[in-house]
Amino acid sequence: MTMHEELFAAMRQSVIDGDTDRVRQLAQQSLDLGVDPLDAINLGFVRGVNYVGEQFGLGEMFLPDLVMGGEAMKAAVAVLEPEMTRRGSRRASLGTVVLGTVKGDIHEIGKTLVQTMLTATGFLVHDLGVDVPAETFVARAREVDADIVGLSALLTTTMPAQRLVVQALEREGLRPRVRVMVGGAPVTREWAVEIGADGYGEDAMAAVTLARTLMVGKGAAP
Amino acid sequence: VTPRLEVLERALIPRILEEAFGLLDEPGVRVQAPRAVELLTANGATARGEVVRIPEPLVRQALATAPREFHLHARDGRPTVRYGGDTVQFDPGSSGVQIFDAERGEHRPSCAADLVRLVQVAEMLPVYAAQSTAVVCCDVPQEIGDLYRLFLVLWHSDKPIVTGAFTASGTRLMIDLLAADSGGRDALVARPRAVFDVCPSPPLHWSEFAAENLMDLARAGVPAEIVSVPMAGATAPVTLAGAVVQHAAECLSGITIHQLAGPGAPVVWGGAPAIFDMRTGTTAMGAIETALLGAACAQVGKSLELPTHGYLCGSDAKCIDAQAGMEAGMAALVGALSGINMISGAGMLDFLASQSAEKLVVDAEAIGAALRLRRGVTASTDSLAAAMFAQTGLNGEFLKLRETRQLFRTEQHLPSSVIDRSTLRAWQEQGGRDTAARAGARVAQLLASYERPALGTGREAALLQVIEPEARRSGLDRLPGL
Repeated sequence: MTMHEELFAAMRQSVIDGDTDRVRQLAQQSLDLGVDPLDAINLGFVRGVNYVGEQFGLGEMFLPDLVMGGEAMKAAVAVLEPEMTRRGSRRASLGTVVLGTVKGDIHEIGKTLVQTMLTATGFLVHDLGVDVPAETFVARAREVDADIVGLSALLTTTMPAQRLVVQALEREGLRPRVRVMVGGAPVTREWAVEIGADGYGEDAMAAVTLARTLMVGKGAAP
Repeated sequence: VTPRLEVLERALIPRILEEAFGLLDEPGVRVQAPRAVELLTANGATARGEVVRIPEPLVRQALATAPREFHLHARDGRPTVRYGGDTVQFDPGSSGVQIFDAERGEHRPSCAADLVRLVQVAEMLPVYAAQSTAVVCCDVPQEIGDLYRLFLVLWHSDKPIVTGAFTASGTRLMIDLLAADSGGRDALVARPRAVFDVCPSPPLHWSEFAAENLMDLARAGVPAEIVSVPMAGATAPVTLAGAVVQHAAECLSGITIHQLAGPGAPVVWGGAPAIFDMRTGTTAMGAIETALLGAACAQVGKSLELPTHGYLCGSDAKCIDAQAGMEAGMAALVGALSGINMISGAGMLDFLASQSAEKLVVDAEAIGAALRLRRGVTASTDSLAAAMFAQTGLNGEFLKLRETRQLFRTEQHLPSSVIDRSTLRAWQEQGGRDTAARAGARVAQLLASYERPALGTGREAALLQVIEPEARRSGLDRLPGL
């Protein structure tokens, strides 16, 4: 493993730089060298994502860094995926998340940032887009056996739709195995408690931390 | 001279317009209203599904029929708001969903009583040339929310109004209500009282409601204000110049739809362009770049000789603090010096989410100062100083001169009690109050001296005739805010 330290460091840096071309090139290089793609991801690229996330939390890096880091991570996985499939190895998913902006609300940015960061950290995310009815959240959560449903709402007028999704999940008997996290500008911790959600994230990084915590609550390793 | 601010080099304006016309061809504009698509294609645009390519000559034709100037009228019929030229006017920011309760220091959903209070405060402040339907009322059913806000403003104010509809039926009923206020549809068209904001969705997207709304307003001859809201770095190019191009393309496409539906109907080149904050993902309404964008977009509109509007004077602060004053004050100055006809946003905190009566009175001071700056330094006496020296010599007793008494009110902008210019001791004796506390006292003072304008019984009955059946239908058993 040590023989590839330089390569891993370059991978980490390429994600920090948001340089997708370099990311693809390094991913390909690792395949040519016979490096286990899982090592390339976990010891190389993910470290870059984590660094960007930390720096964003500290206010030293910004949303464009975060988004480009996420895109770079996706590019790396795309190059490495065929080899992972061939080896029969799968990147252990941290959990399955169904994500969307609730019905009546067409705000996308916050939700997409959460999607980017969750994906980059290793969650399997099904992004349902915007203006998503409660039934669609329920149907997809059942279909993909979701661990978490994430609900975004940017307007005080559309926040109540988050409650409707929680209620729908309950009605359909999914609530015992599906955690619900909520977010969006007007959303608060108190609101999350009031509507019976399991947590609230202030921003995309907080959403990742929250999702990890919720998975621990479900019995996953921390 | 009137001090002027031009933030775009003149040579840049033709390039901005050229690229804006280019965008209307490629990638084109998404128009989700089939009737608007038909109207455009019947006049030379081409469409593939919802995406319409609008050729430059068609836009130029619309620009030729759009009026360069129009007025909004006060209740008594006087044209007190002028859209056109370099006239600068301010109105409170609109459609807040919260009110900042200064006494408790908290934001809560706004209701009808809050809107009435805001209208009363703005009515008493001459720097607000127009009222706005400043907040959404949470105690009014959503389906009549737009209509009812307008009703409350008409009920409590004489001033012209900047408003907007939430649904197509809302537009129809609001026009009925305005006609009832004006004494009929013809009177409303001849002397419009209100302008309707219509927002495209960035980038380059007209929702079904927005496009229909433009056409309905144009056909009714009721003024429309296009409020294009590119968010630089998120829903628009990160460069300010790039965002200005997008704003221009959105306005140009809107004006084309509007003028095709009603050639010659009044329309405003307006917007609320802003930058996207790269740390928090919020829309920084108080950022200086947001003010720059407002100034730049207006400059492009002026080059086309269109009436202009901008969204400045709001703040991202959460209470009446230094940030609130600084952001609103600087933006008011930029807007005033840019010659924007209607500058919306005063009173707003928390981006544009929360309205505040206290901030309205603080902003009124900034606006008063900005308007004073706009008047510049002029020669208001034949001899600039010599004649006054001839009277008082070296005694320095200018306070005794007739000129002083005659001219100080025009030479100086006289601030209200919100601005503290007392001595330290006097300030201490009056309780050592900060801006927020002085603003609270001023609000109370204005509310105490407010008197509801006389509408005349005929007009009141006419307004009630429109609103009462709608209120009943939506389940309201009484009319809040009366």
